[in-house]
Amino acid sequence: MAIEVRIPTILRTYTDGERVVEGSGATVTELIDKLEADHSGIKERLIENGDARRFINIYVNDEDIRFTGGLETAVSDGDTVVILPAVAGGSGLI
Amino acid sequence: MLTIDQATHDAIIAHARRDHPDEACGVVAGPIGSDIPSRFIPMLNAAMSPTFYEFDSGDLLRLYRDMDDNDEEPVVIYHSHTSTEAYPSRTDINLAAEPGAHYVLVSTRDGAHEAGPVDFKSYRIIDGEVVEEEVRLVARYSDSTATDVSTTQQKAED
Repeated sequence: MAIEVRIPTILRTYTDGERVVEGSGATVTELIDKLEADHSGIKERLIENGDARRFINIYVNDEDIRFTGGLETAVSDGDTVVILPAVAGGSGLI
Repeated sequence: MLTIDQATHDAIIAHARRDHPDEACGVVAGPIGSDIPSRFIPMLNAAMSPTFYEFDSGDLLRLYRDMDDNDEEPVVIYHSHTSTEAYPSRTDINLAAEPGAHYVLVSTRDGAHEAGPVDFKSYRIIDGEVVEEEVRLVARYSDSTATDVSTTQQKAED
């Protein structure tokens, strides 16, 4: 059994169009490193300066990792990880 | 071109007016591949700001799960600008992450939140490139070819 990772449309260029890929690791950081090994380039879209990007949401079993320990959140076989870009914008500068 | 029914168009404007001066935001989902925005889903602007919008992360997850369950995709992603024109800002462009969506912007500036015409514009935003597209209003989708009530709604020149 592996970790199921759901990939958003905009990142499927890295997964040959696949919506769901398998991953492994003990933490989200390790999972992302494994994703990078299998789907080169994807890590840079998720991580910036060692942190999860502000406008990318990562959920482990429906919990936003911002509230569960960030990139050090534990994962294990059978978990489902969902990656979703924020839907955000607005007239102001950020 | 975005083809959208009058009721959904009006609901987006009503939401923008209701939330003014904060930015309003939401999605109109439709069957995957249909290009028909049929399920209007107003979202909470978690930023509650006149210059920024963001879906709450929990709401976002539920939204995408519901769309997945219904074989839907976000056909329209809309938000309002409340003191500037209905054109994507640099922030809008940088954060646009659904290349298949029609990005609808409405502007409630200059008193449009109370009365008068509201700018209602649609854009494609792909890889940082913005292309405005025609908005075609229809009474209903079922007979869209016969009941084309108007094309793009322009703000009155003043």
